[in-house]
Amino acid sequence: MFSYCTDPASLEGLAWLSCYLTNGKHLLFYQSFGTVLLLLFVTAPVALAFGFVGAAAARARFAPLALLAKGYTAIVRGVPDIAFFLFFVIALDQAFEYLRHKVKCPDWEGPIRQGSDFVVCSAAKLPLSNSAQWVHEVYGFALAVLTFAIVFGAFAANVLFGAMRSVPRPQLETAEAYGFSARQTFWRILVPQMWVYALPGLSNLWMILVKATPLLFLLGVEDIVYWARELGGTKNPRFSDYPHGDWRMYYFGALLLFYLGLTKVSEVVLDRLMARLTLGQATSGGDAQRKAPA
Amino acid sequence: MTCMEVIADYGLRSLGIGERLLPRTDFTLCQHFTLIGSGMIWNIYFGVLALAAGFFLSITVAFGKAARNPVARRASTWFIFLFRGSPLFIQFFFAYFAFLSLKQAHPAFDPLTSAAIGATLVLFLNTSAYAGEIFHGALKSIPKGDLEAADAYGITGWKRFRRITFPTMLRLGWPAYTNEAIFLFHATALVFFSGFPAWQQRGDALYYANYFADKTFNPFVPYPILAMYFIMLTLAVISIFGAINRRLTRHLPPERQTRLRFRARQFIR
Repeated sequence: MFSYCTDPASLEGLAWLSCYLTNGKHLLFYQSFGTVLLLLFVTAPVALAFGFVGAAAARARFAPLALLAKGYTAIVRGVPDIAFFLFFVIALDQAFEYLRHKVKCPDWEGPIRQGSDFVVCSAAKLPLSNSAQWVHEVYGFALAVLTFAIVFGAFAANVLFGAMRSVPRPQLETAEAYGFSARQTFWRILVPQMWVYALPGLSNLWMILVKATPLLFLLGVEDIVYWARELGGTKNPRFSDYPHGDWRMYYFGALLLFYLGLTKVSEVVLDRLMARLTLGQATSGGDAQRKAPA
Repeated sequence: MTCMEVIADYGLRSLGIGERLLPRTDFTLCQHFTLIGSGMIWNIYFGVLALAAGFFLSITVAFGKAARNPVARRASTWFIFLFRGSPLFIQFFFAYFAFLSLKQAHPAFDPLTSAAIGATLVLFLNTSAYAGEIFHGALKSIPKGDLEAADAYGITGWKRFRRITFPTMLRLGWPAYTNEAIFLFHATALVFFSGFPAWQQRGDALYYANYFADKTFNPFVPYPILAMYFIMLTLAVISIFGAINRRLTRHLPPERQTRLRFRARQFIR
């Protein structure tokens, strides 16, 4: 990075550190923080959409659909999410390959599961074996996003389902009395009013999502945990320009600080958002704001 | 090999008793159930120990956070923020590598690098912080009238704490605490994926489920089995905590007794 970094062995103290912290691998490490933030900002809306569909389905009059949606949320909550992550990342991959296999190679003979192998024709492989490295990385990341969205969608469905039930019943009855159809009542009365009830649950969910991001590591994405382990490990002078002992503790200490900062920032932003949303609302929060001395 | 033989060989495999080698080929359903069930011993071990010890620290922390003494209040607030504000996964990694450095400084710290002790310590501190926040919230929502009534009857000091403050706090916090206990048991599945080594392949339920999924490349058998075990564990926790809840609320009229429900709060840490 800097001009004086050409011979790290001759450097001392701060100069050495500045070169060490800006070498190629560290730049990749810093980029992986971007990966984490990207995951957060992509997953949150997708999971919210999943949750919305789930909550709407759980309210459905068609009983099997409601049962399916409720079963989905109940199972995701009853089982450690890490098990879901490990499960879905393989299961989704195999499901996609299986579907592509059925479409692309209809005259394939052999069975797909052969003992301990999962065999599909080479045209159905995802990503294709001849595709570029970045395609593999994007595919891995997309699978991770989908996995996160499925798990957090169930949590969001639970929150939104509760919020929909919190909307005062007379509001809906009034809509019916005015001759709104079920669909109109849902979209014009229920959905606009449910957010203020959903926000505490959703902000809690956001905090949980933030704290779940290191699990990306288990899904095979080269995230901050991967790099912290990689960079912190003992470096031998023979293989590295920057030899050092076992520094993994310091790297994970830095990650700990990063997450504490992220939590603090989220708390401040969410508190402000809540204060804005409750302004003038007929809830105890809004009432407290009104009575508070200016 | 019959299923009984498999159970005899692998039933206590997670403790290192029985057959040494894990199955490598021709995996049977019985092996799946036995090994994953054997791993549940670890999950229960971590959960019960951390919960039992954490109960006392969490109450200390809750009262610390509500204390007038600024030192106690600051320390408790920071403790709670530190453990609730960062992912448990990172805490495990950090603690494991910190314990490794300690071990190099002095061999007396050697046991801390094992999952049985080191991970339990982290889980204990973690659950204390979460439960401390829950009990602090409960402490703050004790009805003012209850304490005023105690004053009127001349109940003060230790007696007031033991007869009024503590039981009321416990009762108010119990539903949320039940939830915390459930998620603590779920969190125990993280241990062997976060640095702590599974010595001689003695791992928890998820460790063995992952082993099977890796070997057979078929996630559709081991993970549902794991899910079944965890749902059973969750139901057991709910029934035990529900029994305690009924005892805590037995003096209340039925309509004021809270029913325990499995609710959406902190899922992951």
